[in-house]
Amino acid sequence: MTRFSTAFAKPALVCFVTAGDGDTGANLDALVEGGADVIELGMPFTDPMADGPAIQAANIRSLGAGTKTADVFAIAAAFRARHPDVPLVLMGYANPMVRRGPEWFADECAKAGVDGVICVDIPPEEDEALGPALRAKGIAPIRLATPTTDAARLPTVLGGSDGFVYYVSVAGITGKQQAAQASIADAVARLKASTDLPIAVGFGVRTPEQAGEIAKVADGVVVGSVLVELVGQHGADAPQHLKALTASLAKAVHSAAKTTA
Amino acid sequence: MNIQPNSYRTQPDDRGHFGEFGGRYVAETLMPLVLDLEREYRAAQADPAFQAQFDDLLEHYVGRPSPLYFAERLTEALGGAQVWFKRDELNHTGAHKINNCIGQILLAMRMGKKRIIAETGAGQHGVATATVCARFGLPCVIYMGAEDVKRQSPNVFRMKLLGAEVVPVTSGGATLKDAMNEGLRDWVANVHDTFYIIGTAAGPHPYPEMVRDFQSVIGTEARAQMLSRTGRLPDLLIACIGGGSNALGLFHPFLDDADVKMLGVEAAGHGLDGDEHAASLLGGSPGVLHGNRTYLLQDEDGQITEGHSISAGLDYPGIGPEHAWLKETGRVEYIAVTDDEALDGFQLLCRTEGIIPALEPSHAIAAVTDRAKTMREDEIILMNLCGRGDKDIFTVAEKLGVKI
Ligand SMILES: Cc1ncc(COP(=O)(O)O)c(C=O)c1O
Repeated sequence: MTRFSTAFAKPALVCFVTAGDGDTGANLDALVEGGADVIELGMPFTDPMADGPAIQAANIRSLGAGTKTADVFAIAAAFRARHPDVPLVLMGYANPMVRRGPEWFADECAKAGVDGVICVDIPPEEDEALGPALRAKGIAPIRLATPTTDAARLPTVLGGSDGFVYYVSVAGITGKQQAAQASIADAVARLKASTDLPIAVGFGVRTPEQAGEIAKVADGVVVGSVLVELVGQHGADAPQHLKALTASLAKAVHSAAKTTA
Repeated sequence: MNIQPNSYRTQPDDRGHFGEFGGRYVAETLMPLVLDLEREYRAAQADPAFQAQFDDLLEHYVGRPSPLYFAERLTEALGGAQVWFKRDELNHTGAHKINNCIGQILLAMRMGKKRIIAETGAGQHGVATATVCARFGLPCVIYMGAEDVKRQSPNVFRMKLLGAEVVPVTSGGATLKDAMNEGLRDWVANVHDTFYIIGTAAGPHPYPEMVRDFQSVIGTEARAQMLSRTGRLPDLLIACIGGGSNALGLFHPFLDDADVKMLGVEAAGHGLDGDEHAASLLGGSPGVLHGNRTYLLQDEDGQITEGHSISAGLDYPGIGPEHAWLKETGRVEYIAVTDDEALDGFQLLCRTEGIIPALEPSHAIAAVTDRAKTMREDEIILMNLCGRGDKDIFTVAEKLGVKI
C-alpha cells in the first residue's frame, strides 16, 4: 500500500496551499488537523499561467517573501517528519522543476518524502522532460484530465500517470466557476472505465455542499483557491480559519462515503 | 557538440522540437487545441485557396511586396559595406506584425472560430490584430501589460478605434510576458470559440513554425528582389529580436545559402553586465515558459526575471525556440545592443535617409553601423527595417530631454 492508496480508500479531501505563503508549516498542520487526507503543496512561480487571481496572488506573496526552491523542499521535509502517513504532492509549473535538471528535482522530492508531482505545463507529449526522472525515484507523476481531453487522448494521458488522476472539472483557470454535477459524474465514469487509479476532482470547489456532492461520485475532492484566500486574508492567524473550513469540508466529503457505501 | 544538419530549413520535427528546444509545454486543457490547430494548419498549407487568399491580402491590403531599398547616404556615412533595407515599415499598420496576423486570422476563420484574442507589448501586434479583426468583423480582445498601456498610449487608442477591447494586465511586472499569461488564461477558459493570435515565433508548437512561415514572405521577397537588383545574394543579414519573428521571416529563406551570414540583435537595455536587459540568448539560459523550451531570463530557481529595453517590443524574457536552435548550431550569430546605441541608430537613420524607424529595428541599425565599417564596399548588408517609429516619438523625446 502506498500513502495514496490508503488515503483514497474512502473519499478523500485534497487540500492545496502555496508554499511560502504565510506560516506554511502551521497552515499544513491545520489542514491535517481539520481532516485533509492529501496535501498539495504549490511551488510558487512568477508566471502561474493556469491560475486565477487568488493563487496568482499567493504566488506573488510567497516570492515576495523570498521563497526559494530550497525552502519549498524544507517545508515538505518538515511536513513529512511531522506527518509520516499523509500523502504529499508538489504542484507547480515546469520551469522551477526542471531548472537544475529533472534528476535533481526528483532526488530532492525523494529526500523530502514527496509522494507525487503535478506539473501543470508538462503534458504527456513532453513527458521526457520530467516523467522518467520521477518514476526512477518512485515519485508518482500525477496527470491532469480535463473536459477537453477526448476519448482519443485519454489513454495517452492515463498511460504514464500514477498516484491518482486529477480531473480538472472546468476548462479554465483555478478559482472560478464550478462545473455542473452531472458533467462531473459523467466525466468520472468515463475516467473510471479507463483506469484503476483514484480520481480526484477539482477547480472551483469552495463549499462543503459542493465537496459533498462531488464526493458521492469521485474518489477525492480538491480544494485550493478558497484556502489560499484564507491565507491571504488572515496571514499569521490563518491556521485556525483553515482548520475550521477544512473540518467542515472533510465532514461533507467523508460522510458522502457513507451514503454511497 | 554541434552536428551540422544538411538543411537548416527542415525544423521543427513532428513534435515541434527544434533540436532540444520548442515543443508543447501547455496545460492539458489546451493540449487538444494545439493538436487541432496543427492539423488545421497542415490542411491550410496544403490548400492552394488558402495560400491564394493570403497572397491576395498581402498584396492589396498590406501593400506587399515591400520595397528593397539601397540606403545610399547611410552607406556613404558609414564608409564600408552597402546597406540595403527591406522596407517592412511601409506595410499597412507600420510593421511586419500584420503579415502574421493575416495568416492567423484566415486560419481562425477556416476553423470557424468566432472570437480573437492576442497579447501585445509595444502595441504593434495588438494594432495589427485589431486591424485584421476589424477587416473580417470578428470581436477582438487585446491583453496588454498595464505598464505598456502607459508607455504606448497612441497604440492603445488605435486599437480602440479599430474596435478592440484592450485589457490592461496588472499581474507580475505588468508587461509583455504578463499579457501573454493572461492571453493563455483567456484561451483556456474559452477553448471552444476563441483563437489566440500569438504575435511572435514563440509559444507552443505549431505557433513558432506557423508564425515563421507567415513572416517568411519577408525573406522570400527580399531574396528575389536582391537577385534581380544586384544579381547576387547579400553577404550579411541583420534583424532585431524580441520574440524573433521578423528576424526569422528574413533569415529562414536564406538559411541554406551557406555564404549568407546572419546576425540577430537582442536588446541589451542598460547593458548585459547588469539585470536590466532583454537579451535572452546572450544573457539567459534554457528553460520552459509559455509553451516552449527556449532561452529565458531567469534566476537560479527558474523564476522568470523582468526584461528591460527602451523598446517595448523587445522587452520579453524569452525568445522563439528556433533562434535558440540556430544559436546552438552556430548558423546565426547573436549580439546585443544597448538602449543608448539604439537611440543613436534611430537618430542616424532619421537624418541620413529621412526614415523614422521604430526603436526595435533601431537596434539592428546600431549593429549595421558597427559591421558596415568592417566590411568591403562591394559587400552587401541587408537589414530588416521591420517597423516605423511614429509610435516611439514620445519615448525618444523623453530620452532626449525634449518636451512635446
Ligand atoms: C517594429 C517591431 N519590431 C520588432 C518587434 C519584435 O518582435 P519580433 O522579434 O517577433 O519581430 C516588434 C514587437 O512588437 C515590433 O513592433
